[in-house]
Amino acid sequence: MRVCVVGCGAVGSLFAANLAQLEDVEVWAYDAYREHVDAINEHGLRLSGAGDVLGRLHATAEAGELPACDFGIVATKAMHTDAAIAATAHAFADGCVATVQNGLGNEETLARHVERVIRGTTFPAGKLLAPGHVQWDVKGDTTLGPYDERTPLSEVERLADACTRGGMPAHAVPDARGPQWRKVIFNASTNPIGALTGLTHGRVCERPDLRALVSGLVNEGKAVAAAQGIELDADPEQLIDHAAQKHVAYDHKASMLQDVEARRQTEIDVLNGGIVRFGREHDVPTPLNGAIWALLKGVEQSWQQ
Amino acid sequence: MTNVCVAGAGTIGSLLAAHLGRVADVSVLVRRDEHADALLRDGLRVSGRADFTARVAAAVDPADLPDPELVIVACKGNDLASVAARLEGEFAGAMVMTIQNGLGAEEVVAAHGDWPLLSAVTFMIGTRHGDAHVEYILDTATWIGPYRGTTVDDARRVAGLINTSGLKAEAFEDLRPAQWSKLIFNATVNGVAALTGLPHDEHFAGEPLGALVHGLMDEGKAAAAGAGVELWEDPWEMNLLATQRGFKHSPSMLEDVRGERPTEVELINGALVRAAAGADVPVPLHDAVYALVKGKEASYS
Repeated sequence: MRVCVVGCGAVGSLFAANLAQLEDVEVWAYDAYREHVDAINEHGLRLSGAGDVLGRLHATAEAGELPACDFGIVATKAMHTDAAIAATAHAFADGCVATVQNGLGNEETLARHVERVIRGTTFPAGKLLAPGHVQWDVKGDTTLGPYDERTPLSEVERLADACTRGGMPAHAVPDARGPQWRKVIFNASTNPIGALTGLTHGRVCERPDLRALVSGLVNEGKAVAAAQGIELDADPEQLIDHAAQKHVAYDHKASMLQDVEARRQTEIDVLNGGIVRFGREHDVPTPLNGAIWALLKGVEQSWQQ
Repeated sequence: MTNVCVAGAGTIGSLLAAHLGRVADVSVLVRRDEHADALLRDGLRVSGRADFTARVAAAVDPADLPDPELVIVACKGNDLASVAARLEGEFAGAMVMTIQNGLGAEEVVAAHGDWPLLSAVTFMIGTRHGDAHVEYILDTATWIGPYRGTTVDDARRVAGLINTSGLKAEAFEDLRPAQWSKLIFNATVNGVAALTGLPHDEHFAGEPLGALVHGLMDEGKAAAAGAGVELWEDPWEMNLLATQRGFKHSPSMLEDVRGERPTEVELINGALVRAAAGADVPVPLHDAVYALVKGKEASYS
């Protein structure tokens, strides 16, 4: 079996290096960052932290070099999905392509270029330390499911099995929208509040007015999910309160706050922007998510001044 | 009206004191000795749309200033309570005019003395370059109306004095419609600017931010209607006009957030949210902006 990770940043590297441990899997990685690609080809892809792994794989920045693959795992930032899959689609003409990205709409983008798409939600996280070297911060599960009837569940199971055997526990389910929407609602209701105020997760949650705003955002997200017949696999409200505890993630600075501080484009379009878009398609009003989306777009626009 | 005291010499107070100093005897009540010394030593310089230096009296204690016929309380909203407390027992017989953003400045001053009161809102824009130098940037008007123990004729007299001094002013029978137009405008524009980092520019009328600005204006208009106020100007039209003018003004709330100072969010957004609650009008977008700006203040205070 041949797997290509498209976008070999932190999360993509976790999949690539772990899958490369398997004798029956040949791993490729496609990434635009040439120093990273060269380092992987020369020294292998190293993970350290939650797990110490060295993966031997083929990396390339030239999509034309990719052979035909059974599976793709797309892990780019959401704003790069379209360009990345447009360049690599030829390698997946007979395969399936899974997204393990944040947010909503990535599956739709992939489906414009490839036939069989797998919806995925993943919780492991890390960061790129140096070319060829990624810090593995947190372990976690991945849920995979067919995007539509064109993707056989048996193929999803085959990919989930390989990930699990490689050290990235994954479940194949007929409908993976529950975990996806749970994660999206959690992120969309908390990350931008941190990004707009500069407060950590715990400090957002201990201010009653901001916590009420978070609940307003959660409720809109739940309504949009419900209108599509999606059953969340956990209540985002409970996860938010859990994370706000001192020993959990009270001091956590949302990744979107880190993006704003570094003036990097945020994932607001596939989080709150995605909830707004799906809400419009299903006639569910989402004024608060719309407001938060517009404010973050304004923040991004302010950097062009 | 030949003797005027301006209490608080930030941008607006400095613009008023300097201009009025050309047509009246002006004294300035300030908080710091160095500020008073600089004004006494150098006079108060205006640049930009005008270019002159006015002689003014200045002190940190009202007892050291001559008795005025008119007191203009021009400090920022956050300093209002302490300035009003310092005026207590002083300047009997003077008429007092508030000019702060938001709602409720008149009540704060009224609690500290029985002076006749005028309300004012101002659209003037300037930049303060130092204790004794202010730049006059945009010559938009100041609107004045009676509040307590005053009539529209008092408002006209003060407006006349301000007009003679080279600034622009207009008197109103009832200031509330204008005050609410500006309140809705400020709560929306200042709040969105403080949260996004954008000056008041074309983004406020474009997509996607314009839709939020429009939504905030609509909530504000509903709150005004609920409070029985018929607006003087449509705040959305004010927004369009200001963005089309092409002058990218950085609202004070944005400047305050940039400088990590306390903002006027309570007097502006808080006042709107509380007035809406009092009128039973839901304003969820304003609730969100109010909570977010307070959260931002908390992140650096």
